[in-house]
Amino acid sequence: MTIAINKRIYHGRKRANGVFLTLSTLAAGFGLIWLALILYSLFYNGFSGLSLKVFTEMTPPPGQDGGLANAIFGSVVMSLLAVFAGTPIGIMAGTYLAEYGRYSWLSDTVRFINDILLSAPSILIGLFIYVIVVATTHTFSGWAGAAALTVIVIPVVVRTTENMLLLVPNGLREAAAAMGAPRSMIIRAVTWRAARAGMVTGVLLAIARISGETAPLLLTVLSNQFWSTHLGGPIASLPVMIFNFAMSPYEDWHKLAWAGALLITLAVLTLSIIARILESSRKN
Amino acid sequence: MADVAYESNPMTVSDSKIAAVKRSGAGDVRFHALTVAAAAIVVLLFLGMMGALTEGAWLSIRTFGASFVTSQKWNPVTEQFGALAAVYGTLVTSVLAMALAVPVGIGIAIFLTEICPRSLRRPIGIAIELLAGIPSIVYGIWGLFVFAPYFQEHIQPWLVDAVADIPVLGTIFEGPPYGIGMFTASFILSIMILPFISAVTRDVFDTVPATLKESAYALGCTTSEVVGSVVLPFSRAGVVGGAMLALGRALGETMAVTFVIGNSHKIHASLFAPGTTISATVANEFTEAVGDIYHSSLIEAGLILFFISFVVLAAAQLMLRILHKRAGGVAA
Repeated sequence: MTIAINKRIYHGRKRANGVFLTLSTLAAGFGLIWLALILYSLFYNGFSGLSLKVFTEMTPPPGQDGGLANAIFGSVVMSLLAVFAGTPIGIMAGTYLAEYGRYSWLSDTVRFINDILLSAPSILIGLFIYVIVVATTHTFSGWAGAAALTVIVIPVVVRTTENMLLLVPNGLREAAAAMGAPRSMIIRAVTWRAARAGMVTGVLLAIARISGETAPLLLTVLSNQFWSTHLGGPIASLPVMIFNFAMSPYEDWHKLAWAGALLITLAVLTLSIIARILESSRKN
Repeated sequence: MADVAYESNPMTVSDSKIAAVKRSGAGDVRFHALTVAAAAIVVLLFLGMMGALTEGAWLSIRTFGASFVTSQKWNPVTEQFGALAAVYGTLVTSVLAMALAVPVGIGIAIFLTEICPRSLRRPIGIAIELLAGIPSIVYGIWGLFVFAPYFQEHIQPWLVDAVADIPVLGTIFEGPPYGIGMFTASFILSIMILPFISAVTRDVFDTVPATLKESAYALGCTTSEVVGSVVLPFSRAGVVGGAMLALGRALGETMAVTFVIGNSHKIHASLFAPGTTISATVANEFTEAVGDIYHSSLIEAGLILFFISFVVLAAAQLMLRILHKRAGGVAA
């Protein structure tokens, strides 16, 4: 009697487990299939639109041949400016959180706000820079775009810098302090050096993050069909060009949009993979 | 005790050495001040953002008052603006995207931590993390060029016919098959946040101490019982926090939505009808907007988005912090 009941309970639990496992596996399969489909379309359409011309020629008017050279140039310049401006601020702020203010109230506030900025909608950063830069200078400009990207870079660098510095063992700091090194020297010569690979990872992730940002650039730099190195005015950028071309009714512009999307994705993937390798080399 | 030379004779310390110590002391103070300043910049950016958006929106706030959030009349010609349709679209697309993505995302995380063969865990996990970094514009153009046309031709007409006679579903899924619309936007959004939810949830599941799981297995629990009574209760705060972070992303996402939502400032009962979100409205109209009041209204819509996402993200941080404390400092 009891054996029969036990058997029924066991079978019930086994069945419930089977259903649960099947559902989880199906969920995983379902999710991964969509992601695979997207990557497939991206690579298929992207590679068929990709040629040497994409890198050497300017964006064309509809119906003509051309490339994305001006857009690639604009993206690279603005991203570099943003990284050069944002990295020092991010590293110093991250250093404060991990070294000086580990237990202060200011750190708690900064950490909280930084995490919110980290996931704040990027279009709001575009509006913010529009109000304080574009509206006051009365012109859309590459500088404004770089400023918007800087605002995105800072929180990424702050977060990784703090995390990496916290991983440095306190024994190293104490050893340096015991030898009479002042605190700033301990940080620069010991903890920064120990955490260097991780901090570089943070900067790479920040570049990956900004290279696909479209909304903030749309509101701050507009775009430009021509080759321009003048950062005081609208210049072309890859994401905005993709946006404009994809929204247009022209077939050959669509092709260039796919090629541009592939370029951005490849850049992002390469950066994340390098970051990952750096991180695993640190762990070993 | 051995005498140390400079202790027995302090006078031998040269002036240049004293100067060097003083200099490095001053450098120390300067360095400290620099880091504090950099930390303050982070706070200032946030406050500046709030201030600048409020200032930009002021004209619209004064002109329309509360009717800005209660009216769905959005007319650039007569300069009448109400953002109700955009707010509605933002909330509906995000909630719908979450409803699709959270169960699937948690399913993927369970699959990765409990079911998947050990040798496949790392590669699939890494692939998902890499996908989480792909720019949203890629999802947007895929939705526009691949998903929407296919959906319009093969799935939508069939679905509209199939549910036409069912009372509620019939209303939700009615109307001409445009391909684009609220439903398509929610779907693309859910695929976009899926890798993010999976990656965060998997990390959170990994904070469950192995001994806890092992003891449940040793008592004879099945995998589903271990997940249901050990893993999920232990990591609840983290899972909710991760989902809220994803919701924060969905609320403010621009590029995955703008391409496929249709940009229409009308609230329809049908999810197949075109709609708009705050971010899509700003992205579509801002650079073409003429007149101060039009710009100001778009900025006020942004300010509303700022507050919605601030509340969601702040709640997410609190949740993740609870988990962080419980896991004893294990990174979540």
